[in-house]
Amino acid sequence: MVASGAEQARVDLAEAWELSPSVALRPEPFGALAYHFGNRKLTFLKRPDLVALVRALASAPSVASALDIVGISARQRAAYLDALSGLAATDMIRKRAS
Amino acid sequence: MTTTLGVEATGPTRPRGGDLVQQFEAGLDAPICLTWELTYACNLACAHCLSSSGRRDPRELTTEQCEAVIDELERMQVFYVNIGGGEPTVRPDFWHLVEYAVAHHVGVKFSTNGVRLTPERARWLASTDYVDVQISLDGATADVNDRVRGPGSYDTAITALRNLHEAGFKDPKLSVVCTRENIPQLDEFKSIADAYGATLRLTRLRPSGRGADVWDVLHPLPAQQRELYDWLVARGDNVLTGDSFFHLAPFGEKLPGLNLCGAGRVVCLIDPIGDVYACPFAIHEEFLAGNVLEAGFQHVWQTSRLFADLRSPQTGGACTSCQFFDACRGGCMAAKFFTGLPLDGPDPECVQGYGEAALAAPREVPAASQDHSRSSPGRNAPVLLTLQRRPPTTACDENPLAGTAASAHS
Ligand code: SF4
Ligand code: SF4
Repeated sequence: MVASGAEQARVDLAEAWELSPSVALRPEPFGALAYHFGNRKLTFLKRPDLVALVRALASAPSVASALDIVGISARQRAAYLDALSGLAATDMIRKRAS
Repeated sequence: MTTTLGVEATGPTRPRGGDLVQQFEAGLDAPICLTWELTYACNLACAHCLSSSGRRDPRELTTEQCEAVIDELERMQVFYVNIGGGEPTVRPDFWHLVEYAVAHHVGVKFSTNGVRLTPERARWLASTDYVDVQISLDGATADVNDRVRGPGSYDTAITALRNLHEAGFKDPKLSVVCTRENIPQLDEFKSIADAYGATLRLTRLRPSGRGADVWDVLHPLPAQQRELYDWLVARGDNVLTGDSFFHLAPFGEKLPGLNLCGAGRVVCLIDPIGDVYACPFAIHEEFLAGNVLEAGFQHVWQTSRLFADLRSPQTGGACTSCQFFDACRGGCMAAKFFTGLPLDGPDPECVQGYGEAALAAPREVPAASQDHSRSSPGRNAPVLLTLQRRPPTTACDENPLAGTAASAHS
């Protein structure tokens, strides 16, 4: 079910983000499951490189740099930004001061 | 989550490409929806109890054995367990085990009839993030509820909801098994949930445990299935269903959820003595995968023959030619099994009506492989239990038959 009422967060390339402290990631053959212990939402990260990206966020100075570290091509950036915004909407990832 | 990103092939036995449903059909490294029935002991004797609960099983796992299971769940990163029973709170170490699980990063959602939810407990529960509470209620009025769950059980449940609400507990679940008698009360259930800041959770009555004895008279009639589906489409936005009703998808659009039978793939059950079954609604030796005391839960989950079979491609049988097969997939395995229908055919509540035809044909209903019901109905026994239990035919045939399937947010 899609979260209703959650503010539609947009993730911007220049911002710094990280995995929320209440989220656990469990590796699975298709990517990973992410579970938020606070709002009890379960989300599927459907690609290993999306998992790598989410994990890279915390140590990267910006989303753009995390995308580079993981090796996401310029052509695919929009799709990954959408995916990150989806994760932000349910507080799976949150913004941090860069 | 909707992304435009596909799934990449990850191993030789995995489906290449394809969607999440195919990935789930092949099974996950750990279950998403793990139910753990801590005890078969119960203060009530609900007519439709999925686990035929009543008496405690003397082989029940000890506190130390339960802690060892929790340690293993932590290692496997099982994010949360659904604890049920029986009535789990009657176990003297129940609150200890809940605290132990939380301390080990295993969230707990527990189902209760409310009997031990005192104002004091409610305050403690409100103070922790990792525990979710689900109160069972099967009628929006005392008469409808107590006929199934026993005298006084309506008041107990409402008192528990009130205690939670007054303690500031956020968003408990009000869990309703949909029956012929309560389908007309869906709006009232929603109002009760709203009044106590709870989320309504509707699940399907399955012919498991004592539910098998009353399924014929309690399962929703065909017109009510439609009523339920229409209600879910119209009002179901913030209502949970534990992916219960995917067999109703042929009525129109798919309902939210995984829409597949998760048994042994993403769903399973650990029972009070540590036996692992494919699904909480499939407590029968046919679906017994192993025991946690042998080599641990992970070993059972990852190596059992039964689970390997359930994760291999299934044949749709008579359903394959149905235009709705993609959405419905033949429905619930447990419902078919306990009504004596072929597992690769239509669900007994098939919206096309094929289930009724199959139920009318000669069939053999499987004998229960266990029953913890009390031998004589106690003073709290519901009317339906005393009216509807089939008389035993032989001594060993006393009960001729023995309820978040997985949903993203069951
Ligand atoms: S569809 Fe039936 S058998 Fe399958 S997981 Fe759900 S309840 Fe269990
Ligand atoms: S025939 Fe089978 S697939 Fe079709 S609606 Fe009935 S149960 Fe579902």
